[in-house]
Amino acid sequence: MTILLVLTSLILISIAVWQLTKILELSKPADYDDSEIASDKDNDMQGKLMFLFLIFIYALTIFSFYQWGDVMLPESASVHGENYDNLLWFSFAVIFFVQTITQALLHYFAFKYRGNKKRKALFFADSTFLEGVWTIIPTIALAGLILYGLFTWVDIMTIEENDDALVVELYAQQFNWKARYAGEDGVLGDANVRFLQDFDGKNLVGIDPTDRNGDDDIVVQELHLPVNREVVFRIRSQDVLHSAYMPHFRAQMNAVPGMINQFAFIPNVTTQEMRLRPEIVEKVRKINKIRFDKSEDLVASGDFPLDPYEFDFLLLCNKICGASHYNMQMKIIVETEEEFNRWLDDQPTFKEFVQ
Amino acid sequence: MANKGNRRAKIVGTDIELDITEKKDVVIESHDDDHGHDDHHPKETFITKYIFSIDHKMISKQYLITGLIMGIVGIAMSLLFRLQLAWPEESFGIFDVLLGKWATDGVMDPNVYLALVTIHGTIMVFFVLTAGLSGTFSNLLIPLQIGARDMASGFLNMISYWLFFISSALMIASLFVEAGPAAAGWTIYPPLSALPQAQPGSAAGMTLWLVSMAFFIASSLLAALNYIVTVLNLRTKGMTMTRLPLTVWAFLVTAIIGVVSFPVLLSAALLLIMDRSFGTSFFLSDIFIQGEVLHYQGGSPVLFEHLFWFLGHPEVYIVLLPALGIASEVIATNARKPIFGYRAMVGSILAIAFLSTIVWGHHMFVTGMNPFLGSVFTFTTLLIAIPSAVKAFNYITTIWKGNIQFNPAMLFAIGLVSTFITGGLTGIILGDSALDINLHDTYFVVAHFHLVMGISALYGLFAGVYHWYPRMFGRMMNKTLGYVHFWITAISAYGVFFPMHFIGMAGLPRRYYTNTNFPYFDDVANINVIITLFALLAGAAQIIFLYNFINSMYYGKKAEQNPWKSNTLEWTAPIKHIHGNWPGKIPHVFRWAYDYSKPGSKEDFVPQNVPLKKGEKELQH
Repeated sequence: MTILLVLTSLILISIAVWQLTKILELSKPADYDDSEIASDKDNDMQGKLMFLFLIFIYALTIFSFYQWGDVMLPESASVHGENYDNLLWFSFAVIFFVQTITQALLHYFAFKYRGNKKRKALFFADSTFLEGVWTIIPTIALAGLILYGLFTWVDIMTIEENDDALVVELYAQQFNWKARYAGEDGVLGDANVRFLQDFDGKNLVGIDPTDRNGDDDIVVQELHLPVNREVVFRIRSQDVLHSAYMPHFRAQMNAVPGMINQFAFIPNVTTQEMRLRPEIVEKVRKINKIRFDKSEDLVASGDFPLDPYEFDFLLLCNKICGASHYNMQMKIIVETEEEFNRWLDDQPTFKEFVQ
Repeated sequence: MANKGNRRAKIVGTDIELDITEKKDVVIESHDDDHGHDDHHPKETFITKYIFSIDHKMISKQYLITGLIMGIVGIAMSLLFRLQLAWPEESFGIFDVLLGKWATDGVMDPNVYLALVTIHGTIMVFFVLTAGLSGTFSNLLIPLQIGARDMASGFLNMISYWLFFISSALMIASLFVEAGPAAAGWTIYPPLSALPQAQPGSAAGMTLWLVSMAFFIASSLLAALNYIVTVLNLRTKGMTMTRLPLTVWAFLVTAIIGVVSFPVLLSAALLLIMDRSFGTSFFLSDIFIQGEVLHYQGGSPVLFEHLFWFLGHPEVYIVLLPALGIASEVIATNARKPIFGYRAMVGSILAIAFLSTIVWGHHMFVTGMNPFLGSVFTFTTLLIAIPSAVKAFNYITTIWKGNIQFNPAMLFAIGLVSTFITGGLTGIILGDSALDINLHDTYFVVAHFHLVMGISALYGLFAGVYHWYPRMFGRMMNKTLGYVHFWITAISAYGVFFPMHFIGMAGLPRRYYTNTNFPYFDDVANINVIITLFALLAGAAQIIFLYNFINSMYYGKKAEQNPWKSNTLEWTAPIKHIHGNWPGKIPHVFRWAYDYSKPGSKEDFVPQNVPLKKGEKELQH
């Protein structure tokens, strides 16, 4: 109903605007300049509007930050996340500075130099000095950003040999994720889509049954990670492109059929700790209020209410993969090493599962 | 009939010959005879004048009107999926009407959502902003501004329009196939686009998409070759390269980028057709889908991404450079000032063009491409910010101390500079491989490219239409409606895309049918509603434009020959459209295009065909 009202009012507003311009056109005084070329009066009016538009841009910026600043960047929960955030805020500071100044210059000049018959423009065609200034300054600024960015990039993407690291396979298919742990031996068994139909479809990620390394592998539908230990992800897909996106860990890598991609990070906050952080408490409160309000409507119309929300880290699919792309996610639980080991021990190995 | 046709062709042939034979005076005399009297022209039939026309001015109108019709379809689609995003899975009467069986009880189907997103992107990027913008204004302005009677080959020009028309018709036809149109995103990454088992849109819809694009590429290649040859060979006497208006520079360089990169997309499309229909494995390997292991071995989807973006990224500049060229012309004319730093502007266009062909990898930082390659692409990508910054600052300096005439075209040109800066700056974030990790494929990207290439290029298109409408149709557009159109569009464009950065930063992936299926993004749902309201408002504003565009064609005030007091040659040709552009001699050029408010001249503009006065220096070049 509200939608209908909104739509109707939008249509009515556009009709009103249209009619108003018609009326304005018809109610022109006799001496009205009906040329379709901007008159001094138009220039004055539009120039002032240009200045108002500058204020609009600033106001929109301030409003957006005030209103939605809290949703902006989710709390970081990985070691490199902090470096990532620093780089991001530094880059943002630079572009905000430039945005504020250049928009001001553009719109202020448009306002200040709005034309009239008496005025004559300055014939100013070239200045090597000025052009030098705005070639060299961006060059220096960008050199800084490039270097800072590349150091961070190399730091994030370099995966060093580390025997302590936990190796986890992320396995994507239309439309869900699975994870595979290497088990006791720390080595993932070979796998290929050709083996998916073995054991009446119980071979969920296509482990090669002849590879003994695969016997103790553990396939699960919920990703558990130990805190403060490096996790190396090997990312596979069985059908189309998917992308393993874990926004809290500042991590993303595509899942490509026929390839095994890698990404590594060290989670440094457990799910429990995260849930207690004031920002998250606030987010959960906000979401639950929205859900509660929605539930009231649902109950009133005879439906079931929505479940209350509890915070969890998520692995989202972030590459268009078909009809249910929007609904392809996996819960990630970061916990202490002991909790993790206890959980892992409870899971059946591949060999146990297929028998 | 056949005779007349032959004669006509001969006249065109002669013209070109004249233009390239250094225009000896004797030859030009005969020109007068050819074009002095209209009755020397063979009578044109409706078909040769309006349909299979070889006149560049008519072809430009054909491009514009086809582009606008495609634009209506593309924008209408975006409004449909914006409704779904703001009020997910609600029932809308309009869905029922427009989507029929794909919206049971008026609720949009997820596959249709993806199809709408895909076709919206395809239509806007290729059909509206490549053909509609560059096709229209390259055709209209290249011959008129360089002082040529027509394109180098009017016939090829006609063919390229009709290939574009076929391509548009196929793309529209694909909307009506049983399983729906292509739905794999406008980037059509395989395997999703290659396997009909993966989604219904990858069946006949995808085939039509690929065939349509093959026609489109052929069309734009023929057009681009024609533009290049025309600019290089048919310039009038005195029109040196350094006296070319920046519009023509932009069109020339755009055409060159097109020739370099479009063939690569064609090869990608052909290989994809092979994979889809002939069982090859260029892009596919190790696939299990719908309970079946497919035979494909050894291909790589990443290869497709390389081929696609080798065109896909230069395509951004194919869209943007003509818009910037138009902005240069419109800003200089309406500020009554020479464009600041002409040589730097040309240099920037060339630098952007060169760099644009070596940055495609920044679309692929997290595809599994070697991270070292990512570093290289970050470096080249961020370099593009330098010529872009030079251009932005030069525009700002051009309006400084100007005498700005706020015609509607000028408003759109300034709006273009504003969105070009806002959208361009976030490119510095996304071009940084490290930062791209968390923002890749989120709404932050959507906000970025819509502002920097979508909105900016659309503003360029509008600026061009308002500015050259008198030249195209001999009448003026209504300025009040133009003002209303601009301000509503400008406010809603920022209203749509500024908040979108925030939901992108929140981590919301793009191409999600709904954002409230799981609770994590519930707190951004209200932002989506605001974005949709602004989108609807922006859509409504375009109705004002369409009304103004069509109404002015018949009832607009008759235009004078040079309404904006502009310097370029197109305004020296008579309003009446004749084949060959100028009834008598082709004007010669004695100065650059930007002698506005030049000290020592009475008027505040000196057209390019006015000889230098005694003792007057050609200040710039």
